Amino acid sequence: MSLILIAEQVLNGLQFGVMLFLMAAGLTLIFGVMGLINLAHGSLYMVGAFAAAAVAGATGSFLLALAAALAAAALAGVLIEILVIRRLYRAAHLDQVLATFALILIFSEGTRWVFGSFPLFLDVPDALSGPITLPGGIQYPVYRLTLIGIGLAVALGLWWLTARTRIGIQIRAGENDREMIAALGVDISRLYTIVFALGAALAGLAGALVGAIQSVQVGMGEPVLILAFVVIVIGGIGSIKGAFIGALLVGLTDTLGGIFLPELFKLFMPADAASQTGSALASMAIYILMSLVLIWRPSGLFGARA
Amino acid sequence: MSDPILSTHNLVKAFGALTATDDVSIDLFPGEIHALIGPNGAGKSTLIAQICGGLTPDSGRVVLQGRDVTQDSTAVRARAGLGRTFQISALAMEDTVLENALLGALGASHRPWRFWRKALSDKALCERALSALERVGLADDKDRRTSELSHGQRRQLEVAVALTLEPRAFLMDEPMAGLGTGGSQRLIGFLDGLRGEAPILLVEHDMDAVFALADRISVLASGQVIATGTVDEIRRDPAVREAYLGEDA
Amino acid sequence: MIGERSITLVVLGLLLAVVAWALVVDEPFTITLATRAAILALAAVGLNIALGIGGMVSLGHAVFFGLGGYAMGILAYHAQSFSALDLGLVSVAGTKSMPVIWLVALGVSALAALLIGLLSLRTSGVYFIMITLAFGQMFYYFAISWSAYGGEDGLSIYVRNGFPGLNTLVPIQFFGICFALLCAALFLNARLRASPFGLALNAARQVPARIETVGLTPFRLKLVAFVISGAITGLAGALFADLNRFVSPTMFSWQLSGELIVLIVIGGVGRLIGPVIGACLFVALEHWLGGLTEFWHVYLGAILLGIVLFARGGIVGLLTGREGPHV
Repeated sequence: MSLILIAEQVLNGLQFGVMLFLMAAGLTLIFGVMGLINLAHGSLYMVGAFAAAAVAGATGSFLLALAAALAAAALAGVLIEILVIRRLYRAAHLDQVLATFALILIFSEGTRWVFGSFPLFLDVPDALSGPITLPGGIQYPVYRLTLIGIGLAVALGLWWLTARTRIGIQIRAGENDREMIAALGVDISRLYTIVFALGAALAGLAGALVGAIQSVQVGMGEPVLILAFVVIVIGGIGSIKGAFIGALLVGLTDTLGGIFLPELFKLFMPADAASQTGSALASMAIYILMSLVLIWRPSGLFGARA
Repeated sequence: MSDPILSTHNLVKAFGALTATDDVSIDLFPGEIHALIGPNGAGKSTLIAQICGGLTPDSGRVVLQGRDVTQDSTAVRARAGLGRTFQISALAMEDTVLENALLGALGASHRPWRFWRKALSDKALCERALSALERVGLADDKDRRTSELSHGQRRQLEVAVALTLEPRAFLMDEPMAGLGTGGSQRLIGFLDGLRGEAPILLVEHDMDAVFALADRISVLASGQVIATGTVDEIRRDPAVREAYLGEDA
Repeated sequence: MIGERSITLVVLGLLLAVVAWALVVDEPFTITLATRAAILALAAVGLNIALGIGGMVSLGHAVFFGLGGYAMGILAYHAQSFSALDLGLVSVAGTKSMPVIWLVALGVSALAALLIGLLSLRTSGVYFIMITLAFGQMFYYFAISWSAYGGEDGLSIYVRNGFPGLNTLVPIQFFGICFALLCAALFLNARLRASPFGLALNAARQVPARIETVGLTPFRLKLVAFVISGAITGLAGALFADLNRFVSPTMFSWQLSGELIVLIVIGGVGRLIGPVIGACLFVALEHWLGGLTEFWHVYLGAILLGIVLFARGGIVGLLTGREGPHV
């Protein structure tokens, strides 16, 4: 196993991680500010991917496709926030789970209705297709490298937004004390809608970006959603920093585990059994990571003490 | 003098720069009602939490019947004989009055691990729960849903649940809160008779109740016990007058 | 308004009546649907112990359903291929006997519930929901990657497993088995709810602080409830696999966990008969709506939203006019 392969897998893990971060950041913000568990976040990811695929198919422009993804997901977010989610902020978790589960059913079947059951394809733009040679002779797809760049840029932007801007201050105040921020004269329901739309847009962006390297299909959002939950459990609910660290940990563990665990088992097992045991274990690696974090810190790496 | 049933020794608890409990030592002797008073923010809630097991002190000890329980959980302390009532009633509102009282009986019997027999047909449990309800005057309401009870009745039930535990010491967190004059008078009469069974550490804002009931009073201000003494001693204490009574009286 | 006990008896009676009618007019498919409803109800009765009494919003109960299914699948697979099941230290023969399979399903899912509960009950609220969901996904991916037992394609069992004295291939007889187990689970649930344990658990959901101050530990109460709950759902999984004579990773899917909660909420959270009503309506909707449009999940979603936003307490809540437990 060469160093180049390892470097490549580390980059893959990073790329996966930053995309998970886009999902997890929105979820953790929404939970931190509004106290809402949103299962339909994966649907917003799917909406972004489908919007991008549809617009790219019609116009051939990837940039327009991305803009469409952001807009469609944010719009869908605003719509469900106003129609449904708003009624759930003070509701029990069970109600939140059920209502957002219902939204998944509606979004998934609705999308199937409109686009059919066959996967759509979104092509990587020409300018970003093909590999680039990195220092050390590593050949790596430009597009994936771009994803890492976009993910890091969003992370920086979110940090700036929450730490340096007026709305960020309102968001942080809202996390600490809802009454307080209402007392400060901030229109809380508008703030909630904005935060929800921001989270939705991030999910839609992730869906579109990942949609270009995987297929765009109904149900694509939920596996990512659940991974984002793992990220949040590891990082701590409500913490953007936790979501970032957690996302990278999960991305790297999953990618590297899938490659190296079978290799590791080959050292002392027959190749056939090794690849089976290895890949079965690799599929569990991130959940084992989550369990370890839970035993060590039940409220996550950066979570407020429960 | 006999040994105290419950005592704290030099309890310290700080939250960042704020020392909520600063070297607090208090005792509760058999047969007495020891009232703990102090203005809001004096650190009463933090102290209660450390005595009951919700918070672990930074230093110092909590001793219950000669046993150091500082590191023990709330449940262990309860089993060791500490009966607690809450300032805001902590009752299972969906359940009946009797079922709430049964909880204490269950805890006291240390046996919640019965899965088959109906709780309501367990004679020993029910007798224990019913006698506590009778004592607080709720026996006739035993089958009502707790959520249907008046505020005063909930306060009574709160005391009854603690009674079913048959504790060695009571810690009552503002049992008079929200009671009208009549209700307060009745509860004062009841607690007055209770001290013979088990001593009471009474955290209370209602000064009439405190002066009527307390054998001793400790005054907490800014996390420290600034005075401990009989009712008269406390009334006369200039530090207390300044820190507390001065504003209130 | 109607009492809960009468609703329970009427619903079970109705289910039997439908099956009796199907038997008379020779509609075996209806009996199969009723069997499916009874099995899903059994799974949800299990979940209702954790959810309705203990207040644990487990979004990972498909784990136990799937484990029960695979317990059946693996044992029957070894029996039908006459191969030994290698357990590391010992190797055992497979079996086609339902009672044995049930015991294994109960045991395996109870063990899994113990482990998952130990980890996830360290937390509460949203964390608990996310963690149980995550563990569900872990089992799902594990089953997919475990090619020895069919991986993604699952395992087919050629002949339904046997029960002494019955011919399980006859729909009505298999229904009888499932219905009897459902009734047993309902009875167990009722006793449990009224027992000292149930009383304490129910209060632990409402006022954990109170439970601690009477000397009990909410964690332990909930853990035991979670294990009982998981075991019952596991048993349902074994029956479900037997009904289809097939198991696959979809038995572990998060959708299934979600649907189990949906069943309970449609019927009424924490109500004894709630899961049964929910399961019957669900299977009926799936069948009728599913026959009308392939997009029936849209309607299911809309119904669900309506219940959550406007009819808390589900069907039983509507019928009795009393709000149920709050979870």
